[in-house]
Amino acid sequence: MIENRPFLKFIEHLVLILGVLVVAFPLWMTFVAATHDAARMGQVPLPVLPGPHFFRNLDVVLNEGLWGGDGSGVGYMLVNSMIMALLIAFGKIVISLTSAFAIVYFRFPFRMGFFWLIFITLMLPVEVRILPTYEVVAKLGMLDNYWGLTVPLIASATATFMFRQVFLTIPDELLEAARIDGAGPFRFFKDILVPMSRTNIAALFVILFIYGWNQYLWPLLVTTDQSMYTIVMQIGRMLEGAEEAPQWHLIMMTALLSVIPPVLVVLFMQKLFVQGLTETEK
Amino acid sequence: MLKRVHFEPSLLPYLLVLPQIVITIVFFVWPASQALYQSLLVEDAFGLSTQFVWFENFEELFADPHYWDAFQRTFLFSFLVAALSMASALLLAAMADRVIKGSGFYRTMLIWPYAVAPAAAGALWFFIFDPTLGVMPYILQFFGYEWNHKIYGNEAMALVIFSAAWKQIAYNFLFFLAGLQSIPKSLIEAAAIDGAGPGRRFWTIIFPLVSPTTFFLLVVNVVYAFFETFGIIDALTSGGPANATQILVYKVYNDGFVGLDLGGSAAQSVILMGIVIGLTVVQFRFVEKKVSYQ
Amino acid sequence: MASVTLDNIQKTYPNGFKAIHGVDVEVKDGEFLVLVGPSGCGKSTLLRMVAGLETVTDGSLKIGEREVNNVEPSKRDIAMVFQNYALYPHMSVYANMAYGLKIMGLGKAEIDERVKNAASILELTEEQLERKPRELSGGQRQRVAMGRAIVRKPSVFLFDEPLSNLDAKLRVQMRVEIKRLQESLGITSIYVTHDQVEAMTLGHRLMVLNGGNVEQLGTPLELYEKPASLFVAQFIGSPAMNIVDTKMHENGNEVTIAQNVSLALGGGRLKDRAGQALKLGVRPEHLVISEEGANTLPLIVTLVEHLGADTLIHGHFGDDKTDLTVRCSGTQSVKVGEKLPITASLDHIHLFDPATEKRIEF
Repeated sequence: MIENRPFLKFIEHLVLILGVLVVAFPLWMTFVAATHDAARMGQVPLPVLPGPHFFRNLDVVLNEGLWGGDGSGVGYMLVNSMIMALLIAFGKIVISLTSAFAIVYFRFPFRMGFFWLIFITLMLPVEVRILPTYEVVAKLGMLDNYWGLTVPLIASATATFMFRQVFLTIPDELLEAARIDGAGPFRFFKDILVPMSRTNIAALFVILFIYGWNQYLWPLLVTTDQSMYTIVMQIGRMLEGAEEAPQWHLIMMTALLSVIPPVLVVLFMQKLFVQGLTETEK
Repeated sequence: MLKRVHFEPSLLPYLLVLPQIVITIVFFVWPASQALYQSLLVEDAFGLSTQFVWFENFEELFADPHYWDAFQRTFLFSFLVAALSMASALLLAAMADRVIKGSGFYRTMLIWPYAVAPAAAGALWFFIFDPTLGVMPYILQFFGYEWNHKIYGNEAMALVIFSAAWKQIAYNFLFFLAGLQSIPKSLIEAAAIDGAGPGRRFWTIIFPLVSPTTFFLLVVNVVYAFFETFGIIDALTSGGPANATQILVYKVYNDGFVGLDLGGSAAQSVILMGIVIGLTVVQFRFVEKKVSYQ
Repeated sequence: MASVTLDNIQKTYPNGFKAIHGVDVEVKDGEFLVLVGPSGCGKSTLLRMVAGLETVTDGSLKIGEREVNNVEPSKRDIAMVFQNYALYPHMSVYANMAYGLKIMGLGKAEIDERVKNAASILELTEEQLERKPRELSGGQRQRVAMGRAIVRKPSVFLFDEPLSNLDAKLRVQMRVEIKRLQESLGITSIYVTHDQVEAMTLGHRLMVLNGGNVEQLGTPLELYEKPASLFVAQFIGSPAMNIVDTKMHENGNEVTIAQNVSLALGGGRLKDRAGQALKLGVRPEHLVISEEGANTLPLIVTLVEHLGADTLIHGHFGDDKTDLTVRCSGTQSVKVGEKLPITASLDHIHLFDPATEKRIEF
């Protein structure tokens, strides 16, 4: 379409560039803070351009921790976060795949009952039932381990609904062809359904990885043993300490470390990320 | 719902749904019924005895001006987060939908905040608005404004609203952009031939046509502001100063884990569950409608 | 190789809908049977019952000597080609064909030999075997679907409208290939279609279904020359047979078609129908333009279609403007509004009872 409005074109780009700058501003400041030393970070005005101490700060944060802290770094917290995110993502995908398979491809008593039971989970975010859930986990002896961190977050109506949607779009003839080929339920699931849903699985994985990695309140409650801390909850703990002895260069380095893995996932798997985001909202 | 063709009945489907069902019962149904039950109990300060008190906890809650404050605050907070985030996202999406050069770059640069943990987002803005060191208070000082959200409740509220909206722009932007791009080009072209300029086209054609997306996002944003902003608030203000940023979800946590008022916290949980169920129903009604109009 | 025997096969769905009212047929070893009828007539249901994809409500279904009513699809020694091909989209062409054989537990060498053999029969190249179904054209996908059937070396081939997703030209080409393939392999085949041309050209015998009932079972020529009912008469042949309301004269010897136009049947053969209303059918290609004369129908031409080899003349006659279509070979210089004298020879006249819609022999 021919539209000769150079000024409008200019405004469009201007708005977008301003948007990008506002959105990116805090991350830039975080990065800058992580490249200076403590002395520079205590002076007003704070720097807006990077300094030379990035790798030293990184080393300190990973291996030593905050000054005045207990002297251990946050490296293992990154590992904990990674384990938690992966367990949640894998767990959700596996149990959602199997339950969607059962609900779509089998007719059995209580099928709809199970469906509604799964539906309930949609209505009960963990924040809402936080205290009783904590008590249940405590009763089951699941505090301070990976099970307590992940299993209560694994049931997911959204993922089940998404796979149900995907399976419903797979033509019936494919199941018939498979039956003529002699494939039973297990083979059909393994050889046909799962491979056919692999981009949906990958897209969902991206979303769930981010979801798992970013958990904050739940790990805060169920972990008291420092060896189980995750990087995201560590940020909250550091900010509490920031009142007395602000070590912004180290706090922001930690924040940077907690942000980088999921952001990289979004940037490098953008297509899957967008697909996952829109599919789970169907 | 069910395939026309399906497998023979056997034990297998039960085994397949078992993990999901067990987790749902243990970690959803059980705690939720516990919350229901506890909301009807009062426990003494030492946890030695409990007493069944029917709806006394609820009566107490509704008689408590602090709870009403938190209620109003939550609605104000949610409304402003949704409005701010959706308006900026729609503006950006409308621009990105129009530009041809660089639209991929803009999109990439606008969606990454989705991946930032709420708590980390809180930390980022905490640093920028730190009253003694932060960049923003430093700039505001030049305009003669003394920023200190640690003392002034309104400023604290503005800060959490701003941070929560910032994180949600990515999500809203993506959905608005998808909504805009699904509008048939021929409609825009027809309007252009009818003589409508870009601004007029936006308000008379484009905006009405993305209204389903707008409504959907409104519900999603309210849910987000209600329940998923805990990390942001905890990192930024911990509900302070003087409870100025304590929204309902934060109060449930605070009264339960810090104040150790089990009955009161449980009663609040029950009310929140009611709100989620209401929002879910609204959302599903909407999805159903969308399906039947297709 | 096997025959397929259907003995009073019935299908009632759980909601009470009766899809098949009782079908008897013996498909002989090596025979090509076509099930044909309009959509919803039950032809696909019948085929799917033979495949084992639908349960049989009543009756007995035999493949060879074995009753298979309760045998799983994969154990029936059949292969099926689906309307939308039903190829596994994530597997290569080779893997699609090999999948069933793998489940059967055949060895790698055996599988490879069978797949390569089927590929050469169907003229699929080595390179095409490595591709995914979506990278192939419609016709090639159709070949792969047939290949998947061939490699199983089944006793019976089942085809469920396999050509309906192809364009007209390709459909003709694939039709010829299916016919050739079935003849060279000699495998008993049951083929479902709603296209009467496909049915006529492919089948040794045709079964015309309507509303879950068999209207007629016979060779293509039997169906064309002696349609058993009004339904078959109008379903087989294109353009469809002309049907005209007539009345049998009191003498039982001639039918009145229009004012002053009657047709002598000779010999007073239908005395018992004297005075009754009858439906008379005559195919467009059996009507001829003749000289103006006593017993000709005056057809007012309303539309002329030039097909090249043939010309279709549409028009009407009589006070109630009964529609009639005439097919003439070659090109005809006929104009709209013209009045044409039409006759038909007695050999090509069909009579039907208006109430039962069954054929009346005379």
